[in-house]
This record gives sequence, structure tokens and C-alpha cells, in this order.
Amino acid sequence: MIREFGTGDIVYLVFAARWTLALTALAFTGGAMVGLVLAVMRISSFAPLRVAASIYIQIVQGTPLLVWLFLFYFGLSIAGLPVNAWTAAAFAYSIYGGAFLGEIWRGALIAVAPTQWEAGASLGLSYIQQMRHIIMPQAVRIATPPTIGFLVQLIKNTSLAATIGFVELTREGQLTSASTYKPFAVYITVACIYFLICFPLTQWSRRLEERFNVAR
Amino acid sequence: MSRVELINVSKNYGPLRVLNDVSLSIETGEVIAIIGRSGSGKSTLLRCLNGLEPIQSGEILIDGVKVNDPDTDLRKLRQNVGIVFQSFNLFPHLSVSDNITLAPRLVLKQSPDQARKIASDVLARVGLADKIDAMPQQLSGGQQQRVAIARSLAMNPQLMLFDEVTSALDPELTGEVLRVLEGVARDGMTMILVTHEMGFARHFATRIVFMHEGKVWEQGAVADTLSNPQTAELKSFLDAVLN
Repeated sequence: MIREFGTGDIVYLVFAARWTLALTALAFTGGAMVGLVLAVMRISSFAPLRVAASIYIQIVQGTPLLVWLFLFYFGLSIAGLPVNAWTAAAFAYSIYGGAFLGEIWRGALIAVAPTQWEAGASLGLSYIQQMRHIIMPQAVRIATPPTIGFLVQLIKNTSLAATIGFVELTREGQLTSASTYKPFAVYITVACIYFLICFPLTQWSRRLEERFNVAR
Repeated sequence: MSRVELINVSKNYGPLRVLNDVSLSIETGEVIAIIGRSGSGKSTLLRCLNGLEPIQSGEILIDGVKVNDPDTDLRKLRQNVGIVFQSFNLFPHLSVSDNITLAPRLVLKQSPDQARKIASDVLARVGLADKIDAMPQQLSGGQQQRVAIARSLAMNPQLMLFDEVTSALDPELTGEVLRVLEGVARDGMTMILVTHEMGFARHFATRIVFMHEGKVWEQGAVADTLSNPQTAELKSFLDAVLN
């Protein structure tokens, strides 16, 4: 039965966006943990760590996120390890997000002048103290705009989780569109909701970037 | 025991030999001015002294502790060896106070109050007591360098290394940094300075070390060495810098 696309549907779409946000939070948290480890490995003075992190990043950046989602959701269940959609999504997005955040943060860490490390070392600080008190705080400032940029990509990429059964914003749009037969109105609404989430973030990122450029 | 002892130290960057069989002995309270052309190895020598650069052969001893030994705790050694760099290298995200108190708090485990007290003491020594809460970028180059010296002093080192500390400064800012160095020298600090400031070397150094092609080419008491160079290389260097 075909029904009208009304206020109720819009409310449903807005509610479905909470799964988009939940997936984003999960993906970003997992990706950040993996990314932090990768970034530190990439600037390590121990070559095998650098190489391992680099291989990981090359592989993940060279494969589609969708394949990772399928691999964890369908692949593992066939291999006898049934995982639920949340677990599969958590793994796939952490692996994917980690590879990109790792590269962004590595760039930020090496953008801090090597003389800052030297100054810290010369005062008797340990590697971890130099990292924690001297390098990281400066790298965070450099990394914030591109990290927010990646977060925006991530928000949009959570729509891929629809393929493993999540009814998030895009999937809810598909369902609404199927029952109302108003694809244009529905997907415009969906696009607007994504935009309303992403636009403040890109603006924020731009402002931080300007402030950072002024500060140098 | 000498404060600093270099025994047949050599260092290469790839095929390039930057320090060639350097031996040097420095006693407590000496102020050594290392002079020489750029590329003569003088800055490298300084950076080897606190282990920022590894050496390929020879021995460096500071208060009898071997710098180039994997078993040496370089962190502990560096607490006693301050270094001030040409480009200041203040931490731009930290206030003057935090720049100075960071290492005393983390390394010497001083309480925040104790560290801040020391910060205001060392800032007074470099004439910047009123800048304790400023950010580095609010300061002139000369003031930043004075803060860097204060940061080093706050660790109460037994030896201080100065790597061309006035080279990045305008001539009118050089004077204020040199006056701070004079004060530190008068307080009896053992100092090794790589410098182009011949006037400062003449008045405050106890010994001149002239480096050439990675070697200690000539050294001796200041007045003697400057007025009566023994080698053609030092003579031509002095002619170039003094005229």
C-alpha cells in the first residue's frame, strides 16, 4: 500500500539518524584507538614497527570499506564465528578509520619540529614525557582540522552499514521511499539531515584551521 | 677528575668525517669559547656532549660518566648538562612559566609551587621576572632566548652548553643575551659556548678552542691565543672575523 510522505516520516528519519550518530561514535572511537597506535608506530625509530604500520595502512586504504563490512559480517559467520552487526561494524570501521586517522596523525606528529623533541630530551624528559607534554599538544592543534574532515567522511560512510542490517538514516530513507513511493522528497530529506549534521562540523574545522594559521 | 673529558673522539655523517680525533679536557668553572668556520664541527661537538648525536669512536666523559655508553642513563646525565640552542626551541604551546617548570616537575619531581618559585628566581636572573605568564610568541627573540637560558638554569645543571645562542638575533638583541651569559659565567658555571661573538669570548672565556676540519686545531688562554695565533688557519680566521 502506498501512503503519503508526511511529518511522521520525517520524524522517523530524524530518529533513524541517531543510529547514524551511534555508528559514527563507535567508528570514530575504534578508529581513533587503532589510529593512535599506528601513528606512533609510524614515527618509531624501530624499523619493523614502521614497516608493519605502513603495510597495514596501504592494505586498508587500498580496499573498500564495504568489503571489510562483508568480511566481518558474512565471512566470519560462514567461518563458524557468528558475529552480530554491531560487532562486525565495530571491527570494520575501526580497521578502516584507524588507517586514515593513523596517517593524518602521523603527519601531525612529524609536523612538530624535531628540535622540540631535542629540547625535551635535553631537559632529561623521557620519550613518553616528550610525546605527552611537548609533541602531542602541538600535534593535536595541527591534526584537528583534518580529523574533523575525516569525521565528516565517516558520518557519510556509516550509510554502508545498511548493507549488514543497520536501519540508520539511509536505510530508513530507502524503506520510507519504498512505502511512500516519493523517492525525491524522501532522499532530499535524508540529504538535508546528513547536511545538517556535517555542515556545522566543516564550519568548525574551517574556523580552527584559520585560527591555527593565524597562530603560526 | 675533569668536568668534561673528550678522548680521541671521531664522528662521521656517512662518508663525511665531522669530528676527527678530538681530545679536550675541561675543568669545573671554565668558560670555553669554541670558535671556527661553519662546518668545522663545533656545533656537532657540542651536541655530542649531551648525547644528542652519537659518536663513532673515542670516549666522552662528563663528571666521569661515559656519554657514549648504552648503559648510561642519558636522561640522568642531561639533568646535569643544560643546552641552549640557536633557535631557542621554547615550547610554543606552553607559557613561560610552564616552559621553565615542565622538566623540574616531571624530571626532578618538584611540586608546582616549588617549581614556580624556582621559575621566578631564574627569570629574575635573566631579567624577565615580569614575563612569567607570557606566551613565547609574545616575546622578542632576545627575550625568548633569555627564557630558554632560564629554562636550562632551572634544572640547576653542572655544565651548560650554548650553541650559537646569539646567531639568530638582531644585533641590538644580542647584547641583552650576552649580558645574561656574563651573569651566568660570573656565578661560576662551567660553560662551553660555540660562538661568533669574539668580544664576548675575549672578555669572559677562560680558554679559546679553535676548530678546523673537525679537529681541535689550536687552543689556549684567551689573550694569548687571540693575539698570538700559532697556526696560519687561526690567523686567517681571526683576520676575517676581527676586521
